[in-house]
Amino acid sequence: MLPKFSHVRPSSLRQAVQQLASSGSHVHAGGTDLLGCLRDGVFGAEKIVSITGIGELRGINSREDGAVRIGALTTLSEVATSPLIAQNYALLAQAAAAAASPQLRNQGTIGGNLCQRPRCWYFRGDFQCLRKGGDTCFAINGENEFHCVFGGSRCYIVHPSDTAPALVALDARAHIRGPLGMRVVPLGSFFVLPALDLARENVLRSGEIITHISLPPLAPGSISSYRKVRARGSWDFALAGLALALKLTGRRVDWSRVVLSGVAPIPWRSSETEKVLLGRDLNPRTLREAADAATRGAEPLSQNGYKVELVRGIVEESLRAIMESHPETPSERT
Amino acid sequence: MTRNVAITVNGTERRASVEPRLLLVHFLRENAGLTGTHIGCETSLCGACTVLMDGRAVKSCTVLAVQADGRQVTTVEGLASGDQLHPIQEGFWEEHGLQCGFCTPGMIMCSHDLLGHNSNPSDGEIREALNGNICRCTGYQNIVAAVKNAARKMSKPIAARAGAR
Repeated sequence: MLPKFSHVRPSSLRQAVQQLASSGSHVHAGGTDLLGCLRDGVFGAEKIVSITGIGELRGINSREDGAVRIGALTTLSEVATSPLIAQNYALLAQAAAAAASPQLRNQGTIGGNLCQRPRCWYFRGDFQCLRKGGDTCFAINGENEFHCVFGGSRCYIVHPSDTAPALVALDARAHIRGPLGMRVVPLGSFFVLPALDLARENVLRSGEIITHISLPPLAPGSISSYRKVRARGSWDFALAGLALALKLTGRRVDWSRVVLSGVAPIPWRSSETEKVLLGRDLNPRTLREAADAATRGAEPLSQNGYKVELVRGIVEESLRAIMESHPETPSERT
Repeated sequence: MTRNVAITVNGTERRASVEPRLLLVHFLRENAGLTGTHIGCETSLCGACTVLMDGRAVKSCTVLAVQADGRQVTTVEGLASGDQLHPIQEGFWEEHGLQCGFCTPGMIMCSHDLLGHNSNPSDGEIREALNGNICRCTGYQNIVAAVKNAARKMSKPIAARAGAR
């Protein structure tokens, strides 16, 4: 049985923001993460504010400027099967399809997928860990095979989302409504490292709601892919994953975004790898150097060193697949 | 404090005053008396509690009854018409797609969602679609066969199906 809470279902954003002003209030969309957290006592709730009655938070639309808007209540199933998303942002469709199980994708929303809490078993379990206000991160000397190899400090969670790294790679922006009005935050600055704040994983302040995500058009001919490695054949969180977007001329990289999942407390953009790729032809040497760059700075814990090799492998493999499906760059005539 | 809800279950509207924390699966079993929907893990992992909400499979242990207010819910009891089993139920019967049967209602409801948008799924697509449903008897081979059997039946007109008996 869940602990007791009150429940409201406002019909407008303004009312929802007002309802969220009282302390102990939580946004409820699909509820797939929220109910688990309440059941496990990760946090308590006085009041649940269901936003599912707010029509403007739904749907996927293309806009005149070529951008695409995804309402925060759009389910992961809808994102995964939308022709508009599949045609323009293949990696986002792939990432949404790789998340959770069919039932949870039917229920879970894209907004909720970005705001879900970490899966660290100490955080979810009966441990008063640092992130829950205690004074110890139990993962440091404990069972840490699924914890982060980048960006950890004091706390070593990984961000569990598959769609988040895809959206960072696509330069997406989160549109947020709160007590002070609207604000827009690039997904690349939406997530918060433990060094900055231990109590939250993103920049949302109390009372704020993501209303929608906007995606700028990708340059024509861009390629994108999401690769996820799991401990099981299906339905699991990523041990490591790669959201990749590239613009090529022949095999020469004109532009790229390389964002790792499952290895850091936030979607981990590897600017080092992007620098290696820029202006270079995809060939075995570039692939090796890119894979090396993606692992640079990794600081594995006692049981998760394998993640460093996984990152090296998926970067090299994903780039090789793209290289092999593209003709060699025509030699430039003088 | 309770909330009034009106949930249409298998075509019948059911009104009740419920606590906000009441899960849909408890509403179905205790308020509506429909015990075909099983409670397995109650943590959205096993899929035994799968029902359709507005036609899509969801885990009813992870839906609040207040979330289902105003919506259409279909449980395993809503599939047969009279004595005539639904083709998916027939498929599980004919292919021995169950052993202890605990996971079966969830398997059937999730298969219903799959066959609604993919009338001729491959083995791989069936396994992918059912990856949120766990069978602890591990009878997965026959479950896949059952869904294929149902897909064949459902692709034929009803009259032809009846005539083949």
